[in-house]
Amino acid sequence: MARAAIPGGLTVRRSWRQAQILERRPETASASTLAFEVTGWPGHLAGQHVDVRLTAPDGYQAARSYSLAAPTDGDRIAITVQRVPDGEVSSYLADEARDGDTVEVRGPLGGWFVWKPEDSGPVLLVAGGSGVVPLMAMIRSRDGASPTPFRLLYSVRTPQDRIYDHELRRRATEDGGLEVAFLYTRTAPDGETRSVGRITAEDLIAYGWPVDAEPTCYVCGPTAFVEKVSDLLVGLGHDQAMIRTERFGPSGP
Amino acid sequence: MDAPIEGFAFYDGNSLAGPLSEVFGVELTTAAGRCRSCGTTSELATFRVYGPAPGFVGRCPHCEDVLLRLVRTPDALWLDFSGVSALRILIPSDSADEEQQP
Repeated sequence: MARAAIPGGLTVRRSWRQAQILERRPETASASTLAFEVTGWPGHLAGQHVDVRLTAPDGYQAARSYSLAAPTDGDRIAITVQRVPDGEVSSYLADEARDGDTVEVRGPLGGWFVWKPEDSGPVLLVAGGSGVVPLMAMIRSRDGASPTPFRLLYSVRTPQDRIYDHELRRRATEDGGLEVAFLYTRTAPDGETRSVGRITAEDLIAYGWPVDAEPTCYVCGPTAFVEKVSDLLVGLGHDQAMIRTERFGPSGP
Repeated sequence: MDAPIEGFAFYDGNSLAGPLSEVFGVELTTAAGRCRSCGTTSELATFRVYGPAPGFVGRCPHCEDVLLRLVRTPDALWLDFSGVSALRILIPSDSADEEQQP
């Protein structure tokens, strides 16, 4: 009686599901993309995440959240894991997991930091480090599904830290309406005209959208990065209600 | 969302989606909560969240007061929403399916 009395049923309830690793692909020296097969995966939206749970032989469990990196593709999902020091989940996924291994996932999760191809208006994406992962899911979901123009500002330490480097540069020339700017904080490649350093208001003016364009802004990265960028955007005059943020804490997912 | 190494030690309410999905049938991170302390209204996704161990604490993004606490024990979910005076929860119109997208 109790369950039937809930209008619409328990629609977003999520339970843990088995997820088998199909393949691993290195993206940088410290980040890898892992593809899983999850039987009965219900589909997801760009920007959503999953919780990944590991269980040790003694029963100890640890769970962390990871953004989904690619659009819905049947029972196949992908995440990109940045290894962090002492990260008990990330180090397993980045270093020890092997094809065929099984973990548990719960998801898709979240409904706020999402973009749908039917959403209108220009989009500003601002990524710090591995915060590019959910934004890449949005870029991949846009391809062929929406003419909405995207501009990505991607802050990385060095050229070697660019996740999805090849694909981003290919899409910047092939996907009409997508512009990509790399902002190097430590070392820039030869020929780079922007001075090395952390993101500034001038970067958001030079590579982002004018306030008049009323872009929807998605900002993802370490907490301090997200705090700074959202403050800069508000300072430039962007409407707080148009800024969507996702913080993955002091280090990285 | 791994071990802290530097800087701020909080996440945001997006990370509560999983724990809340264990018991709630609607997406709660898109719900807007009014802070009992300062009166502003914010989506749960924007709460400043500290945790996950021993539990999550969600603070108001405006005044930093504690809005919610969430603790998962082996057999229960403890949820203290006493810092929120009202919640506006979006209800999907086509919510008949058990596993639909939010």
